[in-house]
Amino acid sequence: MKLSLLYQAWRNLRAKPLQTALSLALLGFGVGMVSLMLLTEKQVNDAFERNIKDIDLVLGAKGSPLQLILANVYHIDAPTGNINQRAAEKVLKHPYIDSGIPLAYGDNHEGYRIVGTEHSYVEHYGATLAEGQLWDAPYEVTAGARVAENLGLKIGDTFFSAHGLKDQTDIHTNKTFTVVGILEPSGSVVDQLLLTPIESIWYVHMEDGEVLDPETREITAMLLKKRNPLAVLTIPNTLRDTNMQVALPAIEVNRMTQQFGLGTSALRAIAMLIMALSFASIFISVLDNIRARRHELALMRTMGGTPGTLYRLLLLEGGLLSVAGTVLGLVLSRVGMTVLSQVVESQFHYDVAALGVLGSEWALAGAAIAVGLLASAIPARRSLRLDISRTLSEA
Amino acid sequence: MVQVQGVQFQYGEESPRMTFPDFSCQPGDRMLLLGQSGTGKTTLLHLLCGMLKAHAGTLNVAGQDLRAASDRELDTWRGTTLGVVFQRAHFVQSLTIQENLALPHQLTQGHVPSEVLDRMGSMLDRLGMAHRAEARPHELSVGEQQRASIARALLHKPQVVFADEPTSALDDHNAAAVMDILDREAAEATLVVVTHDQRLKDRYPHCVTLNPTQA
Repeated sequence: MKLSLLYQAWRNLRAKPLQTALSLALLGFGVGMVSLMLLTEKQVNDAFERNIKDIDLVLGAKGSPLQLILANVYHIDAPTGNINQRAAEKVLKHPYIDSGIPLAYGDNHEGYRIVGTEHSYVEHYGATLAEGQLWDAPYEVTAGARVAENLGLKIGDTFFSAHGLKDQTDIHTNKTFTVVGILEPSGSVVDQLLLTPIESIWYVHMEDGEVLDPETREITAMLLKKRNPLAVLTIPNTLRDTNMQVALPAIEVNRMTQQFGLGTSALRAIAMLIMALSFASIFISVLDNIRARRHELALMRTMGGTPGTLYRLLLLEGGLLSVAGTVLGLVLSRVGMTVLSQVVESQFHYDVAALGVLGSEWALAGAAIAVGLLASAIPARRSLRLDISRTLSEA
Repeated sequence: MVQVQGVQFQYGEESPRMTFPDFSCQPGDRMLLLGQSGTGKTTLLHLLCGMLKAHAGTLNVAGQDLRAASDRELDTWRGTTLGVVFQRAHFVQSLTIQENLALPHQLTQGHVPSEVLDRMGSMLDRLGMAHRAEARPHELSVGEQQRASIARALLHKPQVVFADEPTSALDDHNAAAVMDILDREAAEATLVVVTHDQRLKDRYPHCVTLNPTQA
């Protein structure tokens, strides 16, 4: 017969389902919110870190620097405009600049951006070919792993591009793109892009018979790697009288996360408040148990139970609630993360569904269980001072 | 087996000091402690169970000097040596009847031996309670609760059984039935019944009457 203290604690909790469910729900919700925020922060920071890789400056049209970064590094916003290719190449030749990768885009296929660029873009993110080859001629496309998977693209498939970054209404039916290669997943922004020569972007927007003037050719942006740290100070001055600007991804992302930080701090405070309420609920639950079950506890003393036995039993009840509430919280945060990742995937084509337990979450779980135990240990001390005779006489 | 000599007890400094009559009984004896309300019956029972400490006198039960023993010694001693049938049957409400019956073994030995489960089965059978083994305490009638309470007090074969007003809420028929059960199931133990029930006065040869001798 199973009659250990753990079993008794479990049965006692089950005997009060509403009280137990309330404590569990509060703790589960509090831990779940904090855990979800930790997971989200980690995923977002990782995504930002991965894609910012060695890009010191982004050269693009004047406008919001943050928009410039979001559009050209992460591909989650509209570009600020186009810049003249010749003017951009002049910046590239500046002695403080080491190298640059041009980007030109403005069309999409089924919501995935078609980006004109050079092979160095793929090399920059360390992406490798899963099959086929990198684009070579205009209208040849090498698809990122996630685009290929989600759209079911295969080598030799053809498609038309649509004007804009998401719309499917204005389709360029006169030019056909052909898939010549598919990339392996790299965990970077490349996974969600359709890559092609810059010429494809120019040609698709030209009327029949129109000739491309090298002086007026435009690109959307250029990702720059600096040779000299002074580039950060010098380059902006050289662009003062142009329609171009440079933005620093590290600074803009830092500014954005600080703004997010205000919101997440408020959410974290709410989550902490809910967790505090859950600990108060465990405290009250154990205290109420001692009051309501004082005759049972006194009875156990007449049957050989020591004060330590009763204390451990009450502590176990609080401990079980804390552990179950914490596990529930971690499960809830995974459910939340899965839902969130589906939204992010459909809106931005980013995969943020990593569900492993983070180091900070282990710390959160440990702290929640420890505080839960403390919240039950304090009222449980009353059991040590239980007057058996008086309690049984009151019955 | 039970020796009470010159025992005095006081609940607080401003409360009157209670003095209890001397008495003793041998192994296997049956004894009645008879007294009206306010004569200190329950206080004496709690003293005999080691739940209260006497301020003076000798109090020895089953070889245990109750005034000298520590609280921890008394906790274990109660669980292994005594069986107590309370006036109102108390149970751990979250456990089944058979789990409640096995609880003293779990608390004193850390497990429930299989022979105890066998003994429990046959005892519940004899008490007509076998079909209620899996029931929760609140599902039982008052009479069933009283019988289950007797079974729990006797299952671990205690040397001494104390019964506090076991018949107070019962009619003549049921009172006689409960006492018959107690006599039969506690045949090997010393049985001390504390009661105000005059119907039991002539049941046992040993009877001590408690008088309000408070100083």
